[in-house]
Amino acid sequence: MDTQAIARIIDKYHGEPSSLIQVLLEIQADCHWLPGEALELVAERLRVPMSRIRHIATFYKAFSLVPKGRHEVHVCMGTACHVRGAPRILERLTDLTGLQPGETDLELKVTLETVNCLGCCALGPVMVVNGKTHGKLSPAAAADVMKTYE
Amino acid sequence: MSRVEQRLTSRDALEQAIRTAASRRDPKKRTISTCGGTGCLACEATDVITAFRDELEKQGLTAEVEFRSTGCHGFCEKGPIVVVDPEETCYLQVTPKDVPEIVSQTIRAGKVIDRLLYVDPLTGAKSVRESDIPFYKNQKRIVFGPNRKIDPQRIEDYLAIGGYRALAKALFDLSPDEIVAEVKASKLRGRGGAGFPTGVKWEFTQKAPGDTKYLVVNCDEGDPGAYMDRSLMEGNPHSVIEGVLIGAVAVGSHEGYVYVRQEYPLAVKNLGIAIEQAEELGLLGKDILGSGFEFHLKVHRGAGAFVCGEETALLMSLEGRPGEPRPRPPYPAVRGLWGKPTNINNVETWANVPLIINEGSAAFASIGTETSKGTKIFSLVGKIANTGLVEVPMGIPLRDVIFKIGGGIPGGRKFKAMQTGGPSGGCLPEALLDLPVGFDELTKVGSMMGSGGMIVMDDATCMVDVARYFVDFLTEESCGKCVPCREGLRQMHRILTRITQGKGRQDDLAALEQLSETAVEASLCALGKTAPNPFLSTLRYFRDEYEAHINEKRCPALSCKALISYYIDPARCRACMICLKKCPTQAIDGGKKRIHVIDQAKCTNCGTCLEVCPAKFDAVRKLSGVPVPPPPPDDQRTIAGKANEP
Amino acid sequence: MSDVTLQIDGKQVAAPAGATVLDAASAAGIVIPTLCHHERLAPFGGCRLCVVELESRGQHRLVASCAHPVEPDLVVRTRSDKIDRIRKSLVELLLAHAPDSTRLKELAREYGADRDRFEPAEGFCVHCGLCVRYCAEIKKLHAVGFIDRGIRKEISFLPEIASRECAGCKECFPLCPTSYLQAAYVLVEALAFPPPPSTR
Ligand SMILES: Cc1cc2nc3c(=O)[nH]c(=O)nc-3n(C[C@H](O)[C@H](O)[C@H](O)COP(=O)(O)O)c2cc1C
Ligand code: SF4
Ligand code: SF4
Ligand code: SF4
Ligand code: FES
Ligand code: FES
Repeated sequence: MDTQAIARIIDKYHGEPSSLIQVLLEIQADCHWLPGEALELVAERLRVPMSRIRHIATFYKAFSLVPKGRHEVHVCMGTACHVRGAPRILERLTDLTGLQPGETDLELKVTLETVNCLGCCALGPVMVVNGKTHGKLSPAAAADVMKTYE
Repeated sequence: MSRVEQRLTSRDALEQAIRTAASRRDPKKRTISTCGGTGCLACEATDVITAFRDELEKQGLTAEVEFRSTGCHGFCEKGPIVVVDPEETCYLQVTPKDVPEIVSQTIRAGKVIDRLLYVDPLTGAKSVRESDIPFYKNQKRIVFGPNRKIDPQRIEDYLAIGGYRALAKALFDLSPDEIVAEVKASKLRGRGGAGFPTGVKWEFTQKAPGDTKYLVVNCDEGDPGAYMDRSLMEGNPHSVIEGVLIGAVAVGSHEGYVYVRQEYPLAVKNLGIAIEQAEELGLLGKDILGSGFEFHLKVHRGAGAFVCGEETALLMSLEGRPGEPRPRPPYPAVRGLWGKPTNINNVETWANVPLIINEGSAAFASIGTETSKGTKIFSLVGKIANTGLVEVPMGIPLRDVIFKIGGGIPGGRKFKAMQTGGPSGGCLPEALLDLPVGFDELTKVGSMMGSGGMIVMDDATCMVDVARYFVDFLTEESCGKCVPCREGLRQMHRILTRITQGKGRQDDLAALEQLSETAVEASLCALGKTAPNPFLSTLRYFRDEYEAHINEKRCPALSCKALISYYIDPARCRACMICLKKCPTQAIDGGKKRIHVIDQAKCTNCGTCLEVCPAKFDAVRKLSGVPVPPPPPDDQRTIAGKANEP
Repeated sequence: MSDVTLQIDGKQVAAPAGATVLDAASAAGIVIPTLCHHERLAPFGGCRLCVVELESRGQHRLVASCAHPVEPDLVVRTRSDKIDRIRKSLVELLLAHAPDSTRLKELAREYGADRDRFEPAEGFCVHCGLCVRYCAEIKKLHAVGFIDRGIRKEISFLPEIASRECAGCKECFPLCPTSYLQAAYVLVEALAFPPPPSTR
């Protein structure tokens, strides 16, 4: 992401220090992570200390300080999915990908992540791959879904 | 349909707009409402919606038939849902393939398509009308009901059902004090968790010294297994905006924020559109309806932290800081956002306000129990036949919610517990199912109303594991500021984990109780103060399960992986070789006509064999707390005759 | 501002409006244990050792005295079985991190805390925030900050600022209640192996 695009985002929020989280969300959405240079620019333009930016970037789950994979897999671990067998889905996926939740493989192909509730409890257990919801999963079905993403 | 575009500069203009919008809705006109809520969209409702638009076009019916994509109808289990009015014919689990038939049969020929109707799983009876389906019949949908009648992206749909009339009343008929008095008289209590009387809270903010005051809508809804706030925000954002505007008039605020989780993209989008349209019509912004009153509403997206639902953490987050709660007092009503008096209410709380102003506090207070008035939307999920959002009057027994509305427990299993109140709520046993739903009633038995999650658990659910699950969730979500919560939960989580792994010690329950007292009494915010609830309530009602895990290393629900073994019953095994082929660790020994045996040393307890064993053989068992019987001697492992046909 | 009169451990105490219960107690010579409190810093309320029991309108509840403002006619107790039990637990939880901290050992003696009550937890830092808040509020340098949340929360120096400022300051080190070494250690580590600015 170029500096200008970031500057545009900051301008949109009139350089308000309180808009820090909103600005970071937009950068995250555009780049899929928060690059260091972007954070420095944000710190300078919004006049917030870097220590706070780093705390925020690690406090909130939406942010990532490392690049994410091309495919973002979110396995729902919400209560409804949990009682309907989500742990076994996750287990199958960690076996299959060799990744623990939160990790990305070296080729930046897949990021495996858990989420607390996607609000699709009727479809549990659920996972979302690149924004598409796959519901009523069994461990085997989850593995099959994963195989369709290259 | 043409849009109402002109700014409404007076109450008369609003009335005129409402009449116009309503008159465009001929009650006799065929109307198709398709749910476009997140749940249904995940089941390809988008394709169904596109198919309808195309098909209506193709059959030249666009003028004759009104088509609407709406927010969640509640019965998400059976989505995508399509309702055809005026007959109110309700079709479930509709696929794009069904669309041409619906248009030619139901719309053109007025015929009901049998196979898309609701079938009662017990009696086999079919229901044609939405309101005949038991799931809907036993509800009271005064807040959530309008979802079905409006396209949330069209303000005129909200106007058509009399939208913003309550605002006009608040602006022109009532004084701020009268509004507060009305809300107080309704006895509305906050739907976000603590159940604080809304009118009293408004009064605090109204009376707090200062000219600048803020209003906040709490749509953080981080509770796993709860999604009613999202569905309201997605499906009927104007009802929330109208509620906030009434609150603004009452407390004298001119600026407000809606705090929405970014995990709810459709809610963010529909809310944004609603704000924009309300601004265009002069219902938000300067000189609202020509009254001179000014109010601006902004959207702030949450970035993924459950604790930010807590009001002081939410304020920190709004100010662009990490969401660490601050000590109260001072309360937000006195010193909130940027040090100014701030009134925070939950989405559903705000959505109840127009209703109270329109219908009057007496009508509202006529529903419910002595201390809990009105209705509450619950998200009924877990091991329940009819998953979805249900709105019921306060005071309804839990049993009715589970069995009459929820249709009971699927898969022939038995009810074991109902968890209410979100991650820091409690688990209630069968014996308490006649309890009427209400704030104080639930608190008294060690649970709480919370924001309205109801998670049903069957006999295959281990209550120790449930406690571990919630404590795990809260450990992950603790902000880490204070010791009793951060360190206490860390240790509670360790102990509960070790109990589920069969490594529990005799003094573990005492340690857990000590940690619970510390967290409840000494934590800074309500996250830590309520975090031990899942442990305390499961200990209170299911102590025997803890004891079985600790003393006998047995999981009565056969759920804790470390405490169970898989075993093939030699008397039932028909040597079909299915499990043998599917076992990922080749732990199964067997062959054609040879009874299969699991090598316990190789088995990883993955459960695949149980899952794949054909139901008619049903040969795989889970055992806990007992030794695995030795395999039959070699000479008795051959099955005579026809064997391996699944 | 006018004074507020309240009762602490049976004693009538006057305190200026806006003062905390802890301030009022200290002024009256009543000692309440604290860990994360510092006179020059804004109230934080993290360690909860300073809990006291409040009685107002017939209700009893525990609050952190370092962050609770005085109110007229408040009745405060600074010691009771319950308070002691909770302080003991808190100290035990902290000892799981820093069993050798002098300050914690002192508190353990006073409240009978067992240093082996809970399984050891990683890291000496008990997240009192004194170093972070001192640097931000007094020095306004922000050379050290928190990262992450919950049980993963940590302190972390910002190498770019720390390399410039810390050597000549080190004022936060002696504030650290666990081992004055913790903050220093993290600093050295940060400077010796500076991570790229954007990662933790
Ligand atoms: C950990 C925690 C999470 C909370 N999450 C929410 C939430 O997601 N939505 C909500 O409305 N209130 C939530 N609350 C309650 C709020 O702090 C606050 O009481 C509520 O928004 C007030 O609105 P009400 O009076 O309308 O209920 C939460 C509280 C705690 C302690
Ligand atoms: S109770 Fe938990 S969430 Fe609340 S302030 Fe303390 S550590 Fe943070
Ligand atoms: S539980 Fe899994 S590992 Fe064990 S025998 Fe069955 S399929 Fe194999
Ligand atoms: S390093 Fe020391 S002073 Fe800093 S937060 Fe940790 S315990 Fe407190
Ligand atoms: S999302 Fe369609 S019924 Fe709930
Ligand atoms: S001294 Fe009061 S909470 Fe630490």
